[in-house]
Amino acid sequence: MGASQTRSDHEHQHLTDKTGFSLEQIKNLHKRFQQLSGNEETISKEDLDRIPALANNPIKKQIIGAFFDKRNQHQDEVGSCDEIGFEQFLMVMSHFRPPTLKTTDEEKEAMRKEKLRFLFNMHDTDNDGTITLEEYRKVVEELLSKSGAIGQEAAKAIADAAMLEVASTNVPHMAPDDFYEGITFEHFEQILKGLEMESRMHIRFLDVDTTTMRCGKSTS
Amino acid sequence: MTSVLSFFFFCSPMRHLSLLSYRCHYSRPSPSPSTLLLLLLLPSTKPPRKGVAGNGTGNVTHKKAFPVLSLDYHHIQTPFEISLWVLLASLMKLGFHLIPRLSGIVPESCLLIVVGLMVGGLIKLAGEEVPPVLDSQFFFLCLLPPIILDAGYFLPIRPFMENLGTILIFAVIGTLWNAFFIGGLLYAVCQIQPANPSNLHQLELLPCLLFGSIVSAVDPVAVLAVFEEIHINELLHILVFGESLLNDAVTVVLYHLFEEFSEVGTVTVLDCVLGIISFLVVACGGVLVGAIYGILAAFTSRFTSHTRVIEPLFVFVYSYMAYLSAEMFHLSGIMALIACGAVMRPYVEANISHKSHTTIKYFLKMWSSVSETLIFIFLGVATVDGKHDWNWTFVTVTVILCLVARVIGVVGLTYMINKFRIVKLTTKDQFIIAYGGLRGAIAFSLGFLLKKELFPLREMFLTAIITVIFFTVFVQGMTIKPLVELLAVKKKQEAKRSINEEIHTQFLDHLLTGIEDICGHYGHHHWKDKLNRFNKKYVKKCLIAGERSKEPQLIAFYHKLEMKQAIELVESGGGVKMPSAMPSTVSMQNIQPKKPPLAKPVERALPQLPKGREEEIRKILRSNLQRTRQRLRSYNRHTLVADPYEDGLGDLLIKKQKMIELEKKIKDMNNYLTVPAAPPDSPTMCRARLASDPQAYHTKSVSDSVPAIQVDLASPQSPDSVNMMDEFRRAGQQQQQQEDQGLTMRPPSRPGEAGGARDPQKLTRCLSDPGPSADEEEDEPFLP
Repeated sequence: MGASQTRSDHEHQHLTDKTGFSLEQIKNLHKRFQQLSGNEETISKEDLDRIPALANNPIKKQIIGAFFDKRNQHQDEVGSCDEIGFEQFLMVMSHFRPPTLKTTDEEKEAMRKEKLRFLFNMHDTDNDGTITLEEYRKVVEELLSKSGAIGQEAAKAIADAAMLEVASTNVPHMAPDDFYEGITFEHFEQILKGLEMESRMHIRFLDVDTTTMRCGKSTS
Repeated sequence: MTSVLSFFFFCSPMRHLSLLSYRCHYSRPSPSPSTLLLLLLLPSTKPPRKGVAGNGTGNVTHKKAFPVLSLDYHHIQTPFEISLWVLLASLMKLGFHLIPRLSGIVPESCLLIVVGLMVGGLIKLAGEEVPPVLDSQFFFLCLLPPIILDAGYFLPIRPFMENLGTILIFAVIGTLWNAFFIGGLLYAVCQIQPANPSNLHQLELLPCLLFGSIVSAVDPVAVLAVFEEIHINELLHILVFGESLLNDAVTVVLYHLFEEFSEVGTVTVLDCVLGIISFLVVACGGVLVGAIYGILAAFTSRFTSHTRVIEPLFVFVYSYMAYLSAEMFHLSGIMALIACGAVMRPYVEANISHKSHTTIKYFLKMWSSVSETLIFIFLGVATVDGKHDWNWTFVTVTVILCLVARVIGVVGLTYMINKFRIVKLTTKDQFIIAYGGLRGAIAFSLGFLLKKELFPLREMFLTAIITVIFFTVFVQGMTIKPLVELLAVKKKQEAKRSINEEIHTQFLDHLLTGIEDICGHYGHHHWKDKLNRFNKKYVKKCLIAGERSKEPQLIAFYHKLEMKQAIELVESGGGVKMPSAMPSTVSMQNIQPKKPPLAKPVERALPQLPKGREEEIRKILRSNLQRTRQRLRSYNRHTLVADPYEDGLGDLLIKKQKMIELEKKIKDMNNYLTVPAAPPDSPTMCRARLASDPQAYHTKSVSDSVPAIQVDLASPQSPDSVNMMDEFRRAGQQQQQQEDQGLTMRPPSRPGEAGGARDPQKLTRCLSDPGPSADEEEDEPFLP
């Protein structure tokens, strides 16, 4: 017990530098990882699929897909894996860290870019660097999928309107024959400037050990 | 009683009888019973004629001539005076905004207090008694509710809920800290200097604490008045404003607690415990009462589809009753109002018509604006009027202690809060929060309510309260704006909510909920998601009428945006005024994926149109669409039909080319006229839509012989273009066969024919001003 603990501590230390989490947070996440993977070294898509609370989420597939997307690992690779290890799990989670009081403005800017990049990757499924109309339509359809059968028309209209908005804010003067290929990352940043991602896209990572407090919920 | 002239009986309850009289006399305001009696006598007497003065019957010993004109001020005194005050307030408000530079430097609240001071001074100079305008009853029951309702109804729920913990801590613990700190230290200060006993030494601890509790509460009216003008970012605004609203519960409890105990003189531990319980009851009870009334209002609004006119009334009356009910039980009326407004809003707005929504919005804004103005003016008047007891020590110590307590409180609490908050509060934020703790009329009214018998130093209290109010409103109110600029505090973002932001807000919500679920702990997002699902599944079905209950939020938002854009477009004028905001020539065509270019081979084969002709065509097309259409028609009818008789194939080809060019231009017009998705700023679009009558878009039925270009306006992609091309080719091929008929273009008979007829309908619906048009507009519920 002692030897493995120090070894995992050492690994975890290495991870704190890489991802920015504290040791406590990494320990908690590791426990969760073990839970999800059934004490294996890696988790697969089915493991994440099995989480019952995710069943009600309209964008469940995209979220799970994001974990297995190599682009989110910041290693300039593309494609997707079938299984991920703890380090990759942490890397994806690190996109959801909040800024602290000590975060400088440049760091905040970098954080925002990173988070926006994550979102962009979620939308840009074919990895061509732009979100085309089809991809955007798919996003809106998924969002509306759990809300009942309002119909594809509404989703289409909304996606069209949104796309038009992006185009008209970023490329205001287009000749009638020009074609707006898709939302590039810069345009994406521009259109979501008002949302202040670095303050909104985060969750609370627990420092305290709460797994022991939730007995009976080990499968969740 | 001399009779002078014939006039109408002034303020007579039975005015029609005055027509019978030829005389009038100028009488003192007579009490109504005798007036009534007099009028009852009238039928029994003949209408008096000139010269016959009181000689009628011998029975009445002293017959008064019938009063035709008289002044009866007491009859209308109260409403008249109220109307005068309201008029004064409104005129003042008008006046301030006419003076250009003044409203930028001095906040309106200061100006209004000064006006009140002047009016009070004038009244005093005139020797009249200053009316007790800031009567606490009047203030709490009439002046305060509109402001709070306006705030509660339009409360931005999302940031409020996200920061609820912080707001509660500031409101509850902050106010408690302020009250005890100020009260305690005041008592200590009053007790020093035992050498010269002043009346300060009479001051017991409990009255001091009571005074502390009155003066420590941040006032929502003052905060609203000042913060509205400085436009700081949403977070700070909601923190200070939320605190000012929620501390009402604390103030109510503390006030009643200390008032009760001042009579007794001592406080036991049991009393403290009861006080804490009382606080919970007051706060939660207030919210509960408000929520109940809110749900009732939402439920009622479900059935108002046939009586749209009284919809706003339900909103106002239910809210007011919530306030009164809460006050009846000594619960927190302010929290009840906020809860009522916030609970009922999403459901009511889904049910009521667009006009009702506008009515509610404007009435609330109007009432709250007038109320606020009146409150500040009355503060000024009451200052002049009241008996003051100025005590240098007491007043200065109060002011200093207020400031110090606020600063220490905010700093200390933020230190604790930042341990739990994800997005921490910076020093700048803390400064603004501390500096924005303004006191206002609520403190004054509470002080006014104190009974003289229990609190012999009541006047001194009032003077100190007024000084604190003046200090915070004038000094802090005037300097906060330059300080905000100086410290470069983040300002409110003026950008309109765009559809992309809405999509991504929703997307983020789901994403973060999902990540939380993967992480395995039930955080903030998880519970919010659960509440939303509960809301959607059960509550909306009960409270929202008809189909709207199933509408997802994104679609509702989108419809609202569409409606807004359409209204803006119509309102922005008849195409003359070009919107100065970023004009964009992007249209639906630009973003649609490219269709295989069928037109290209045909075009390349034909000679180019000379530049001049092209320009001419463009100019023609850019003007009024209806004329363009007719011109096209005539172009078709005369030229194309006649030509084949006279010209050969070459000419036909040139004409075909011209048609193609023209048709391409029409296609452009099509795209610019796409209604649902086009941005409102495109100048071409504005011109095209507004310059022509929507009726013109109806495609009239076309007879076979008249080639008509069906301008299919509502569909993004004009399939006409493709079909026209087919027609041309076919026409060319069949030229020999059709020579006797001339070149005809049959209206393309495609399966979407019905859709074409429907689409112009869609256009008219979107463009029609929901204001004065058809009845069916009335029944459409307003889409939130």
